[in-house]
Amino acid sequence: MGKFRENVIQPILDCWSLIVGLKITGKFFCKPLVTVHYPRQVIDSENLRTYGGHVELIGKPKDPATPKCISCMMCVTNCPSNCLKVVKQKAPKPTPEQEAAMAAAKEAGEKVVKPKAPKNPLKFTYDYSKCSLCGTCIDNCPAKALQYSNNMYWVVTSRKELEIDLLARLKEQATELSAPAPKTEAKSAAAEKEA
Amino acid sequence: MNVFLQNLIPLIIALIGAMIWLAFNALILVYCERKFAGHIQRRPGPFEVGPHGILQPLIDGVKLMGKQLVRPDNADPVLYWLAPILSMLPVLLLYMPIPYGPVLTGMEVNLGLLLILAFSSFNGLAVILAGWASNNKWGVLGAARAVSQTVAYEIPLLLTVLTISFMTGTLNLTEITALQAGHIGHWFIWKQPLAFLVFLIAMFGETNRAPFDLAEAESELTAGFHTEYSSMGFGLFFMAEYGYMVVMCSLCTVLFLGGFHGPIPGVEGWWWMLAKTYGLLFVMIWARWTFPRVRFDQLLNINWKWLLPLATFNLLATALIIKL
Ligand code: SF4
Ligand code: SF4
Repeated sequence: MGKFRENVIQPILDCWSLIVGLKITGKFFCKPLVTVHYPRQVIDSENLRTYGGHVELIGKPKDPATPKCISCMMCVTNCPSNCLKVVKQKAPKPTPEQEAAMAAAKEAGEKVVKPKAPKNPLKFTYDYSKCSLCGTCIDNCPAKALQYSNNMYWVVTSRKELEIDLLARLKEQATELSAPAPKTEAKSAAAEKEA
Repeated sequence: MNVFLQNLIPLIIALIGAMIWLAFNALILVYCERKFAGHIQRRPGPFEVGPHGILQPLIDGVKLMGKQLVRPDNADPVLYWLAPILSMLPVLLLYMPIPYGPVLTGMEVNLGLLLILAFSSFNGLAVILAGWASNNKWGVLGAARAVSQTVAYEIPLLLTVLTISFMTGTLNLTEITALQAGHIGHWFIWKQPLAFLVFLIAMFGETNRAPFDLAEAESELTAGFHTEYSSMGFGLFFMAEYGYMVVMCSLCTVLFLGGFHGPIPGVEGWWWMLAKTYGLLFVMIWARWTFPRVRFDQLLNINWKWLLPLATFNLLATALIIKL
């Protein structure tokens, strides 16, 4: 009996799921459209927020021009397309006082305290032309220093320009944030487009 | 000679009419399909060419014709070019015996039903020729799958059609339509609901429509049997597919939904036929954008384990009732 149920009754019951599927798509057919007709309509901030553009760095909350990145290289090793390049900072040369302190520590048999290299990277470049936007770098970053940008209206004319210096970009964003003047300009431009 | 001419001229007119009807349908259906898909996914669909993208299929056609015709090296030229033509030409014939209205019948044929079924099998031949002559392994694999599918789904289709002709005692589509005259209760869908269901499913399989569109599985076989075809070679296959869809839906309307007869007595005409056919076509499009593609073994299981026994049972039951 169990076999009969499994092979005959169940498929017939399962057919109901087909009707349910048709009902769902039918409902969606009647709902209003959600796409933005881009050149005719301006993309609102809600849609811009959910747009996943190229990868970019996130600044520290207190110092937006410096990335949260700790140069751990996780993103570089995990990127399947090999499009990120991170160069760590070298430790600064010890000052004479530090050198003396180090020598003293060595003589005394204590732990030598060398000056530490700053954690944030020296260089952080990214090649958008290779990126598959897989998000692996974003998911694997222990410092949560990467995100998708919403750089939607970005046009380049050569492949070279797709290689972005993310540190420079972060600095630009930081200055833009601190100076609100260009923002209003952009807004008025958007309003003009709408009109 | 005179009699010959008398028969020939209406036939040629009907053939030209069928051609126009086929091209027109292909344009309309491509547009409807894309719009329908768009709205189900809550996007506008084609929008840029003409108001609401209405000229898009026309432009697509021009684009398709403007492309280069290429033939792979070492492919058999005769068979390679024969295949799309062979898939297209029989479709024109298929429109002949379908009664679109009281006078709008291309050709009165006593064996109309048989003619449709016989010539629609040409598609299988065209598919296997296309796949074989392409000199491409995906083409051959796609053709093999397509043919095993078409052959499989033809059987339940035939059996359900046979049920109707058992009931009516004729293969003439005009007579079958005439028997359903009057109100909606006379339509054969009420007498043969099971046959209607089997026909509907087999129709999807026979026309290679989703969820049974394995013949052109672009994700597994790059495009199946028409991988190597470009330009109008592909265009003809494409048009033939839409042509078969229209034929099958028209046939379904004639067999089960009363043809050109309206639901209440007295109202009849080609618009009813058109409305019902397009209703069925929309169901097909709707299903395409709803159901995922089935796996090949599932496809064959649905046919051999379900459709075929059901159709056979239905046929035997009908025969028994008629005898009693
Ligand atoms: S999104 Fe993927 S491909 Fe792009 S940089 Fe990150 S890991 Fe590499
Ligand atoms: S994974 Fe994050 S913290 Fe590590 S180098 Fe990449 S961006 Fe910096």
